[in-house]
Amino acid sequence: MTAEGPSPAELLAVMGSRQLRDDTSVFAGVGIPLLAAVLAQHRHAPRLTMVIEGGIIGPRIEPGRLPISTNEMRAARRATMLPAITDTFLFAQRGFLDVGFIGGAQIDRYGNLNTSAIGTDYWRPAVRLPGSGGANDIISLCREVVILTFHEKRRFVERVDFITSPGNLRGGDTRRRSGLLFGRVARVVTTLGIFGFDAETGRMRLEALHPGVTTERIAEQTGFEVLPPERLEVTEPPTADELAELRAIDPERRFIA
Amino acid sequence: MSGDTTMKISVFVHPAAMMTPKPALATAAPAYPPINAWEELVGKPKHQVMRSQTIAPTRPEKITASVTAWMSIGLPWGVSKIMREHVESGAVPLEEWSHLALGLRFRAAAMGVPFLPTLTMLGSDLMEIAGTKTMTCPYTGETLALVPALYPDVAILHVHRADRFGNCQVDGYPHMDADIARAAATVLVTTEEVVPEDDLRRLPDRTVIPGFVVDALVPAPFGAYPHECYGLYEADFDHFGEYVAAIVARGSRAVVEYLDRYVHGPASFTDYLDLWGGERLARQARLARELVS
Repeated sequence: MTAEGPSPAELLAVMGSRQLRDDTSVFAGVGIPLLAAVLAQHRHAPRLTMVIEGGIIGPRIEPGRLPISTNEMRAARRATMLPAITDTFLFAQRGFLDVGFIGGAQIDRYGNLNTSAIGTDYWRPAVRLPGSGGANDIISLCREVVILTFHEKRRFVERVDFITSPGNLRGGDTRRRSGLLFGRVARVVTTLGIFGFDAETGRMRLEALHPGVTTERIAEQTGFEVLPPERLEVTEPPTADELAELRAIDPERRFIA
Repeated sequence: MSGDTTMKISVFVHPAAMMTPKPALATAAPAYPPINAWEELVGKPKHQVMRSQTIAPTRPEKITASVTAWMSIGLPWGVSKIMREHVESGAVPLEEWSHLALGLRFRAAAMGVPFLPTLTMLGSDLMEIAGTKTMTCPYTGETLALVPALYPDVAILHVHRADRFGNCQVDGYPHMDADIARAAATVLVTTEEVVPEDDLRRLPDRTVIPGFVVDALVPAPFGAYPHECYGLYEADFDHFGEYVAAIVARGSRAVVEYLDRYVHGPASFTDYLDLWGGERLARQARLARELVS
């Protein structure tokens, strides 16, 4: 491999993969979340069960043939089960799926995500985004949700224009009171650091900085006040092995460029 | 009926007034579905059903969406530029549901009940824009979202094989097709292969749509192309790339050009396949076999 350092997408994929444990299930969106799950499977979590919303359980994604949508054969390669789409999500509603793994266009301090529309009028948006797809279901119904996203000020906003996918809603017990019986947004992995949420207030809290990142830089790139960590940690940078493995999975650099 | 004639007939009658940004609420199941597709074509459906369309190149009256792929062919190509133009100008209301919620709407219709309870979408703004109602569960006291049944006028589905009575078998992922077939008033099926009845009877567990649900069957090998058919041919990603590049360059004019070339142009379905050429179809078939072997 080259001695080149990681691109922002590579950093996200590697940091994301480290969040996943062996012998668990992960409901992953296509793109960087799925890439991170495949990386985890190739390294420390060989028995990780991936679930993909096209109706796919337990696939073995072929390196170099990464799916570009959740409904295509590359995503379904060597799956253990191909249930109907609705039934796939019902496994999550029944409480079987451990981790939800998704990205998001806009995120607020409570981990609410907007992937629907930018602007004040939903019916006539300044920018129409792709929409929920399965994101709302994944964040509502998986037991622990990990969000992977690029850390930019325009994404980290005081209040999202539209709650496509509910994080901790307005904090406190508002999520539980909305009727969501279980599940929580556990972590946000960004290109700058790793964040958790305060158990009481439901607000985002810094947990760790990626190497070379300062808390000032975080504040600069975040449209709201992030709670300070109890003890600030610094993440291990992506290793040469991790990057080599990742680049072998996506040799065309379709997702990691 | 011949596949050629059927493929040339537009089955979507023009949607009636569905411009209200408020959602259509649960409607009763049609008392009796049309006997065949042609009844619908001559007009006047005998029941009120909600019309659901995916994005059309001309102007759809309303879009009901849940799946990101319907907004874009796939991740590398971004959100559909045409869809954005329609929605951002306010011309077309885009009513959004989560993926599970839309699936449950079809399932409710497939079950013949007016709604199904679910936990999904609770707490999100999707509840409000779709006007989804909630109730307090009479058993647990918890809040439930109630998603209304969705009965499409027409479903067009593609399957791997069917017998001449319309009993359909699907390989690979079943998507939402079985529910959609049961929910729709009229079901048109295209099939890769029409097999002898006895062959189908040897694998009855693979039948996902029974013949009595189907109104019309059309043999159409490579009928899903340029999209994929599980195990038989892979989606033509190069073609998707060319399509999106044309849209980016020329906007909605490129859609009209595309329709002229690929939809209105070919006189028959065979002519349509000739546009691709045997070599390209064979390549896509080989790529598919690699993924299932």
